[in-house]
Amino acid sequence: MDILVVLEHKNGTMHRASMEAIAAGQSLARDLGQTVSVLAMGEDTSQMAQEASAKDVMEVLTAEHPLLKDYSADGYAKVLTQVIEAESPKYVIMGHTYMVRDFLPKVSAALRKPLLGDNIAYRIEDGSIIFTKQVFAGKLSADVVPNGDPPYLVTFQSAAFQEDAAAEGNGAAVRPVEVNLESGHISTTSEEPFQETTTTVDLASADVIVSVGRGIGKEENLSMIKALAEALGGQIASSRPVVDAGWLPPYHQVGSSGQTVAPTLYLALGISGAIQHVVGMKGSKNVVVINKDSDAPLFEIADFGVVGDILEIIPKLTEAVKAA
Amino acid sequence: MKIGVLTKQVPSADSPLKLDGGGKWIGEENVTFAINESDAYALEEALRIKEETGDGEVVVASLGPQRVQRGIREGLSKGADRGIHIEESLPYTSDPFLTATLFANTLRNESFDLILSGLQSDDLGLGQVGVLLGEMLSMSTATLVMETGISDSTIRVKRELEGGWFQWTTLKLPASISIQSGINTPRYPSLKGIMGAKKKEIRSIARNEVDDGGATLQTLRKVYIPQKVKRTEMIEGEADQVVAKLIDIFKRDIKVL
Ligand SMILES: Cc1cc2nc3c(=O)[nH]c(=O)nc-3n(C[C@H](O)[C@H](O)[C@H](O)COP(=O)(O)OP(=O)(O)OC[C@H]3O[C@@H](n4cnc5c(N)ncnc54)[C@H](O)[C@@H]3O)c2cc1C
Repeated sequence: MDILVVLEHKNGTMHRASMEAIAAGQSLARDLGQTVSVLAMGEDTSQMAQEASAKDVMEVLTAEHPLLKDYSADGYAKVLTQVIEAESPKYVIMGHTYMVRDFLPKVSAALRKPLLGDNIAYRIEDGSIIFTKQVFAGKLSADVVPNGDPPYLVTFQSAAFQEDAAAEGNGAAVRPVEVNLESGHISTTSEEPFQETTTTVDLASADVIVSVGRGIGKEENLSMIKALAEALGGQIASSRPVVDAGWLPPYHQVGSSGQTVAPTLYLALGISGAIQHVVGMKGSKNVVVINKDSDAPLFEIADFGVVGDILEIIPKLTEAVKAA
Repeated sequence: MKIGVLTKQVPSADSPLKLDGGGKWIGEENVTFAINESDAYALEEALRIKEETGDGEVVVASLGPQRVQRGIREGLSKGADRGIHIEESLPYTSDPFLTATLFANTLRNESFDLILSGLQSDDLGLGQVGVLLGEMLSMSTATLVMETGISDSTIRVKRELEGGWFQWTTLKLPASISIQSGINTPRYPSLKGIMGAKKKEIRSIARNEVDDGGATLQTLRKVYIPQKVKRTEMIEGEADQVVAKLIDIFKRDIKVL
């Protein structure tokens, strides 16, 4: 087997990162002259397997077991390790999701094979593969190469490949694989997932969002954000550190752990632009960024940018908006 | 409860990042270092668990050049009992499997009930060491943890899922837990703590003593400044001019005024 893309699901429905992973696998297959297979794990994988078999892949493997009904790091790692040992793929590809962060290092440890995580791209140079990832919170990039013999475990950052780039095929065959799993393999028990306090702030439907990051410096300065949001008739959002510090309640947080928003205007104030924030707001129609650091990664997705001190600009902007 | 905490020293957020001559890492001149953000939360959680259970020990372990002892000392001044320093001459280790191996070989005989680490580092951001180490030491593992509840033989943790969801998971001890930022409010060291830390032990171990000669599984070839692709319209001028231009953009281009 050449390339194995491993799918992730929630209640049977495929995670969008998995479709991106299929697109990544197909791209790699073209460049390396290899084939792509797909693996669906779960108690009942029929829906996922059906969705994947419509894509241009050689084969869809299904690993089903009652103990895979609910996610456990031990169960998933055990089964994926077994499949890799039985099928000997060269590359194992997944999206860099929270679940993958949680269990894939276990597979790396069991197989003593590298996990090259959170890549934004790859390229082939002189016949060998080089992966690129962001380091220093996106301010720098790094080229990383695997050593030794395959398999290599590889994950890609959200949106490194486009979901709709996953090419259609003509009905790949589905093949169940053997799974050996016992309750004794799983050292954890999990309760039902839940959401923390529901909110009256509906950021998802807001037209104007004034979003504040750690650059605001201290809690007292939040009053100027509130004044600006009020003047603009917008909602207040924030990056994670503002919530971590307890300056705003969690439901204001935008990003991979928080809300996903798509306003007409996303005004980002003192936010650096880490990927976990960007995934929550990159669908905004207009992004305006004010940051004192001209190298802040968020400028990379801004339509309009100001290099400057928010503490100086915000009060003036608020007055000007009121007067406009 | 015997708790190990892994802390990494990383360039602090507002340090200037300049590439070093070789293009393999950043130059360290003018860089100030700090304890990695999520590691600081992990240390605080360890101290709280120790206080709550009323006995035990918190041991801070760090890998890196001589300078990382300052980070360990900071942990001791906040209340950790002793430190372990794996001395590595390179400023970074880019293979998480190697990092975890060095820690595993160093910490194996400590027989910790619990190892806490930050979820990922602010420099390399590999986010694997806590889980790899747990596997190497046959501990149960969990990541993205936002709350803990400890008992004699288990720990119940609130794990963060995507999009604002959470899940409680109970693990058997010993366990290696990766802590997510925001789990608590880290304390500042007290003056008494700072004075007391000077007398606490930091054991140094040369990296070669704990490197079992296994292969490096991945290699960082180079670091570089990412290429800009998007054309952002930059608004320049004094604050008043910038504000006037923004108002214009809000009205004409974005039409929110
Ligand atoms: C698994 C995981 C999940 C995460 N989930 C989320 C999430 O859902 N949402 C989220 O936002 N983050 C999330 N994060 C954290 C994320 O990686 C970043 O750490 C975070 O987004 C950084 O927030 P920030 O930009 O406000 O802070 P920083 O990165 O510290 O940036 C502050 C910025 O403010 C600028 N600044 C400082 N002072 C001023 C001033 N006076 N004027 C103008 N600019 C100024 C600085 O130049 C800097 O660019 C997650 C991380 C992980 C690992």
